[in-house]
Amino acid sequence: MFYREAGQYKTSYVADQAVFPIRQDRYGIAIILLVAFVAIPFLGSTFLLQAVMIPFLIYSLAAIGLNLLTGYTGLLSLGTGAFMGVGAYACYKLTSVFPEVNILVWIIASGFVAAAIGILFGLPSLRIKGFYLAIATLAAQFFLQWCFVRIPWLVNYNVSNAIEVPQRQLGEIILTGPNSTPLTRYMVVLVIVVVMTWLASNIVHGRIGRMWMAVRDQDIAAELMGIRLLPTKLLAFAVSSFYCGVAGAMLVFLWYGGAEADTFNINQSFFVLFMIIIGGLGSLLGAYFGAALIFGLPILLRYVPAELGLPLHSATVEHLSFLVVGVLIIFFLIVEPHGLARLWQIAKQKLRVWPFPY
Amino acid sequence: MDLLYKIFLDPFVQMGAAPDLLLQTLWEGLVGGVLYALIALGFVLIFKASGVFNFAQGIMVVFAGLTLVGLFGVISGLGNVNEHVAAFAALGLTVGVMFVLAVGIERLVLRPLVNQPDIILFMATFGLTYVLIGVGELIFGGEPKVMITGELFLPRGSTDWEVFGGFVSFQHIDLAAAIIASLMVAGLAVFFSKTRIGRALRAVADSHKAALSVGISLEQIWVIVWFASGLVALVTGIMWAARSDVSFALQIIALRALPVLILGGFTSIPGAIVGGLIIGVGEKLGEFYWGPLLGGGIESWLAYFIALVFLLFRPQGLFGEKIIERV
Amino acid sequence: MRLKGLLIGAMLGAMAGTPALAPAALAQDGIYVPLFSYRTGPFAGSGIPIANGMSDYLNMLNARDGGIGGVRLIVEECETGYDTKKGVECYESTKSKKPVVTNPYSTGITLQLIPKAAVDKIPVLSMAYGLSASADGERFPWVFNPPATYWDGLSMIMKYIAGKEGGFDKLKGKTIGYIFFDGGYGREPIPLLEQFAKTYGFDTKLYPVPAAEMQNQSAQWLSVRRDRPNYMIMWGWGAMNPTAVREAARTNFPMDRFLGVWWSGGEDDARPAGEGAKGYLTLNFHGVGADYPAIQDIVKHVIGKNSQTPRDKVGENLYNRGVYNSVLIAEAIRTAQQITGKKLVTGEDVRRGLESLTITEARWKEIGLPGFAAPITNVSCTDHNGHHAAYMQQWDGQKWVKVSDWITPMKEQVRPLLEAAAKDYVEKNTGWPKRTEACDKRS
Repeated sequence: MFYREAGQYKTSYVADQAVFPIRQDRYGIAIILLVAFVAIPFLGSTFLLQAVMIPFLIYSLAAIGLNLLTGYTGLLSLGTGAFMGVGAYACYKLTSVFPEVNILVWIIASGFVAAAIGILFGLPSLRIKGFYLAIATLAAQFFLQWCFVRIPWLVNYNVSNAIEVPQRQLGEIILTGPNSTPLTRYMVVLVIVVVMTWLASNIVHGRIGRMWMAVRDQDIAAELMGIRLLPTKLLAFAVSSFYCGVAGAMLVFLWYGGAEADTFNINQSFFVLFMIIIGGLGSLLGAYFGAALIFGLPILLRYVPAELGLPLHSATVEHLSFLVVGVLIIFFLIVEPHGLARLWQIAKQKLRVWPFPY
Repeated sequence: MDLLYKIFLDPFVQMGAAPDLLLQTLWEGLVGGVLYALIALGFVLIFKASGVFNFAQGIMVVFAGLTLVGLFGVISGLGNVNEHVAAFAALGLTVGVMFVLAVGIERLVLRPLVNQPDIILFMATFGLTYVLIGVGELIFGGEPKVMITGELFLPRGSTDWEVFGGFVSFQHIDLAAAIIASLMVAGLAVFFSKTRIGRALRAVADSHKAALSVGISLEQIWVIVWFASGLVALVTGIMWAARSDVSFALQIIALRALPVLILGGFTSIPGAIVGGLIIGVGEKLGEFYWGPLLGGGIESWLAYFIALVFLLFRPQGLFGEKIIERV
Repeated sequence: MRLKGLLIGAMLGAMAGTPALAPAALAQDGIYVPLFSYRTGPFAGSGIPIANGMSDYLNMLNARDGGIGGVRLIVEECETGYDTKKGVECYESTKSKKPVVTNPYSTGITLQLIPKAAVDKIPVLSMAYGLSASADGERFPWVFNPPATYWDGLSMIMKYIAGKEGGFDKLKGKTIGYIFFDGGYGREPIPLLEQFAKTYGFDTKLYPVPAAEMQNQSAQWLSVRRDRPNYMIMWGWGAMNPTAVREAARTNFPMDRFLGVWWSGGEDDARPAGEGAKGYLTLNFHGVGADYPAIQDIVKHVIGKNSQTPRDKVGENLYNRGVYNSVLIAEAIRTAQQITGKKLVTGEDVRRGLESLTITEARWKEIGLPGFAAPITNVSCTDHNGHHAAYMQQWDGQKWVKVSDWITPMKEQVRPLLEAAAKDYVEKNTGWPKRTEACDKRS
């Protein structure tokens, strides 16, 4: 009744090809942005900002990055954690060598370093695919993590082998370091994530995105159509690693405030992979859904027993939350193997004809 | 020049200078390789029959080990039961648990997800991993436990073999692991080639549809392969835990079976074994002779690099079937 | 289909619901002490006994004395799984309940919390772990890591070795191997080890164990067999320890020349290796066993009632480590109450309490732990560690036995390194706040 496109006429191809062709979708996005930019900063507690929203957005961005590679181009990667690490360490090195340049520039620039490394480890993708490629990217994961531990230059010869985020400002506003407020950091993360999502949306809806999808659906056919496989696959690796690198830099600079090599371990890679599979492969919206579910659910589960007044020990809660998350993953896959994004689409279809489905 | 010397000559000089250490390294590599091969075998069995890349194999190893030790604790707590009797009773019950697990997985996870893309099934085994971690910790707690090697009549101690002016030390438990693993592989080989179920299983591996059309029950085959890989997991768990402990940290080691799979191919049982031995020996030699050049600890990624280099020349693995793609 | 709609609704609801949940338990009539612990994950083996010891002692104070100074302690564990992400989450969720002190129990989590401590006015107590440099009270007024740093630990081990050899000058030409967890924790002592090697003319061999290879150390121990070091020093944790002890026994390394830091000395680290572990040595800074009045009080008041500890695990080394940690917390709170005259102390008060923390021999006796640990006398405004003494204990096949006197660390060697590291840390962090907190006079 409310979600109906009757009466919305498209008079040009541009209008028809728009990302959100339906008016209600545009309103929806506007409302979400309004909530994110206005309501949450004003109403949210520091816990919400610091422990929920900032990591949620950062993981969403990493999930978008992986989704570009795995969901759109069909190249399975288990090296996300390491590429995030590359971004974080690059950003740390850049800002400690050139402290006068604004940190925001370096957060973005670190993405390019990650992209370069990503291209390097993407090279085998021409010869191998599927699970074989996934395991090859594990080589990147373990090798890069070993580098983070072994190259003291990366941490400026810190004896504890850790990176500590220095304080950086934009004018008078403190952006990073212990004195920055969660609100500032949230706004920075939000702006970067929104802009980069918008860019990603443009990439996947454009020529490049179509090339990627052609490669994903059938690479030999794509090659016959004149798509050069190696540059296309490497581009996917580069863009994906760029997103992951920026997410990693933000993870350390705008969320953790410090990190060890172990921060970017294999679990981080799996964590992001879960998000895109549960959220929906080949969907930007799915990346957000996946991040919300995989990141948010355990947090929520921790507070449920306490709220219900169940006298459970914190360790028991943790065991139970593992169990519940596992069951829910299987449950969601059975209910809708194409992820939450697909559920959302189905819901929209239903809404279109509601309340008279016939 | 010095670097070239260190990379290409020095390690071999060292090997020549202390042949007993070389032998010992090779032996350790072989034993490690046998264990990798066992984990890889679990993967291959399932992948062959159902096309599922079973990420949960690692946690199944831990879970099987935990169940065994946990049940032993319960049984020997019942009163004056002979410890060997208790251990073997626990072993039998654990086999039962693995069977129930296989049936449960087939009913609750595989059957509803039949015909889904590989990656979805892969993800489902991630879910399974979480469930097994949760259940395992809830029931048995997170503390590492000591494997009941003595009670299971597994030998302890070691024999030193004096050779080349030095000695090579063989742990009896490692010898036992090698023997049991070989027996197990031989048993599986016989099972697959001689029995009716084994032939059905190979038919399923070749083509699900053709197998269905000649009246083979896919569900039954799946239960059997998951049960078989559960048994492999149990043996792996016992052997690996005898060297360290039964703890949740063990599941990380399962990841090491992945390069073995690349090397051997996802569908080949001999590949898993040969690949396991190559990776095991390769990484030990690499760490021992070339590791110091890079400050050591290169074992964590060396196996993947060996596999990666290998892949560039033979993308389908050592014994994998040649992939023929049709458009 | 309705189900799916519900699920989406539930998810969105979940997102909106979290803020309301977190600060729920604000109302308090006691002193809130969150304990970050890990009873899950790959390090649970070491984490569980520590968590048990920590919460049992504090719960015992509640049950026996009604808290500290008549104020009840609100003890709450937060499960981190030794995962930095969950640790930060724990910190944020406990922060709103006004904790008086944070126990991160992981070096990774400590590193995240160090910069936050000064801002949120919650002191961080990282007992003998974390950032060694944070012992510099001038630069890190909110971080405390008594009783000793890793560098102190290494210097004590070296002293013990020198004592065995008959003097530091006898170390010349010897080889000392160092097997360590390949991460910040294990790498920290290396500069000092190399400095010692230069000063006393011995060789060092490093054997890193990557996190993923904790239970797969045969290559490292083969190298040990090749290099034949005279002594082995270990900086291990979790599943790495029992594996290393087993492998050492397998390579026939003389166990009485194998020395671990205090985090490598759990009963479960040595016991699995059976007879082979006999002779293995580790540092320790507190007593083991349950024969202390305070620990008997724990058995009486807490075990079997408000505790997860099995009766036979009480008094084990890592359990007592947890008790020791909680004694520091309790004494800091008590000192804070004395200084301020308040009953319901805050994080700022406890910071002052930690700075004036003194546990004399008489005081150890008074709290029911006579001779349990070296007196805590050196913590001050400038020195947040104190560099207290530890002793060497040896595994006799069944239990740990004290085999040395209290060994004092070589403070003169450690302190300059430590201050250089602290200076370096502050310089890297432009805008690091200067200490503004006043220093209390010792009473």
